[in-house]
Amino acid sequence: MMKDAKSFNVTRWTPTSRLILGLIAVLLIALAIAPVVASAGVIDRLTVLFVYILLAAMWNALAGFGGLVSIGQHMFFGLGAYLTIRLANTGLDPFASMALAAALVGMISLAVSYLMLHLKGGEFAIAMWVLAALTHRLVNLDPLIQGETGTSLISLNVYEIGVRRIAIYWAGLTAMTALLAALFLLLRSKTGAAIQAIRDSEEAAASIGVNVLGTKRVLFVLAAVGIGLAGAIWLASAISFQPKTYFSVQWTAYMIFMVLVGGIGTFEGAILGAVLFFLIESWFGDAGVWYLIGLGATALFFSLFFPKGLWGAIERRLPHALLPIGYTLSDFSPQEPHSRTANHQRSR
Amino acid sequence: MPEPVLALSAHGIGKHFGALAALDGVDFTVKPGEAVGIVGPNGAGKTTLLSVLAGALSPSRGVVHFEGRDVTALSAALRCRRGLVRTHQIPKPFTGMTVFENAYVAAAHVEAATRDEAYDLAAAALDLSGMKDVANRQAGTLGLLGRKRLELARALATRPRLLLLDEIGGGLTDAEASELVATIGELQHRGIAIVWIEHIVHVLVQVVVRLVCMDAGRVIADGVPQAVLADPAVVEAYLGGAPE
Ligand SMILES: Nc1ncnc2c1ncn2[C@@H]1O[C@H](COP(=O)(O)OP(=O)(O)OP(=O)(O)O)[C@@H](O)[C@H]1O
Ligand SMILES: [Mg+2]
Repeated sequence: MMKDAKSFNVTRWTPTSRLILGLIAVLLIALAIAPVVASAGVIDRLTVLFVYILLAAMWNALAGFGGLVSIGQHMFFGLGAYLTIRLANTGLDPFASMALAAALVGMISLAVSYLMLHLKGGEFAIAMWVLAALTHRLVNLDPLIQGETGTSLISLNVYEIGVRRIAIYWAGLTAMTALLAALFLLLRSKTGAAIQAIRDSEEAAASIGVNVLGTKRVLFVLAAVGIGLAGAIWLASAISFQPKTYFSVQWTAYMIFMVLVGGIGTFEGAILGAVLFFLIESWFGDAGVWYLIGLGATALFFSLFFPKGLWGAIERRLPHALLPIGYTLSDFSPQEPHSRTANHQRSR
Repeated sequence: MPEPVLALSAHGIGKHFGALAALDGVDFTVKPGEAVGIVGPNGAGKTTLLSVLAGALSPSRGVVHFEGRDVTALSAALRCRRGLVRTHQIPKPFTGMTVFENAYVAAAHVEAATRDEAYDLAAAALDLSGMKDVANRQAGTLGLLGRKRLELARALATRPRLLLLDEIGGGLTDAEASELVATIGELQHRGIAIVWIEHIVHVLVQVVVRLVCMDAGRVIADGVPQAVLADPAVVEAYLGGAPE
């Protein structure tokens, strides 16, 4: 302790953010029991929403918090689906295959990170895209997949259709909740602060003792696992696997759209962006080429008028983040000379 | 009494950028707790030397020892964790984080620091560098002077034993400059060794006990400030041409 200890408080949670956390818990419980009352159509759509939220949150984690802008994240989406098919083909239960596939995607991304993470900015973005295309071609070579013919997760048929639908829904809800919670805890940790420091200046982060490559690696693998899980869940609800629909840059484009519209670099923004994208798709998804033009126009509108996304515009009006990952210093003033202990108020 | 280990010693440092020899055989030492100034004309290689010492650049040749151990192959991050930290001439704030968070990341990576200790270190660093009033501001909204102060605060939050400062005093008013001199005096008082690159010689000499003058990638003078400033080679290479 330094001689001139000062009194201060470091605030992280606020009463509002605790309330929000409680509301989120209630919402998650409601979602968990929703299959009891909701129609099959609603359950299927909600599963789609969970996948979108997961995708947006993971791309936002990489780009918005870590500064790792990748245009090849569909690689992990495709791998998650492909490895699920591959594992299920060995006779493993399809749901166990999904979980194992996500773990394998994590290991692959760990290996990939050694090639990719020393690349900077645009080089990293393009290299990821090239790698995604390469992975797609390799998957085409698998005799089980037979080029673009594809195959199906037929082993899901052992589950009765109603049971299967709810199980996939729960898998989606669980995956989304677990990955977002893991991300939130990571961002709130010391590593989370380091991740943001690296985004803003790698050189400065290294100069103050941050292990730059190791820190990026943690984020990169987490994002890959999340996106791999999303791919596996998508496969479970679609049943059929055709490489080009999974290893499609369209998925990365969706991720970017959701994050930019919702608000890059804010935890809440990516979720909001996914919900917006989901609504636009639900309402206008059948409009064919006009739908795509509409998406493009929306992205343009937001980048011109809300550069920090919708959440960026909302957050400016809020006194504190709803889901705080930062640190607020208060009551920072010299203390009475005779009482020297620093007084922290922390919350976890 | 045994000879005290040098805080820092660098021998035969060379650094080439293509055909340009930015450093050409530099020897440089710092004793524990010593405050050394570095001056020299633009492009002399001062910042490059600092980068090599801190580990941001690896030298083309030569070795760097910190507290008796060879750190030449050590990354900047690991050197920092051992107590050797630098500031950047062109500030590199973490613009998306608050001033306090900037200092906190630094403090949180101090070896074995608990979260509370990191809070203490970060808050103390802000206090010492006069930034407590802007603690919750986004670093990206700071002006150049604020950003320079933040460089100092962030470096201090790493609990350094040797602090490498690169032109943190440029553009200060006289009052601000004497504040900075007082701050650096306080750091010295705490036993932190300091290497300070600065063009404002009259501020520098209030703090340092030794002055090094560089020119064209070499050390051309090294000694007590008055002697160095009176050295004909220094007058010709630096003082003669500089407005100071
Ligand atoms: N990354 C780099 N690539 C190429 N050349 C460089 C690089 N960094 C520095 N230089 C060159 O090396 C020489 C020394 O630069 P340096 O920045 O060390 O000088 P300095 O003494 O700090 O100057 P100033 O007083 O202007 O800060 C200059 O000629 C500079 O242009
Ligand atoms: Mg310089």
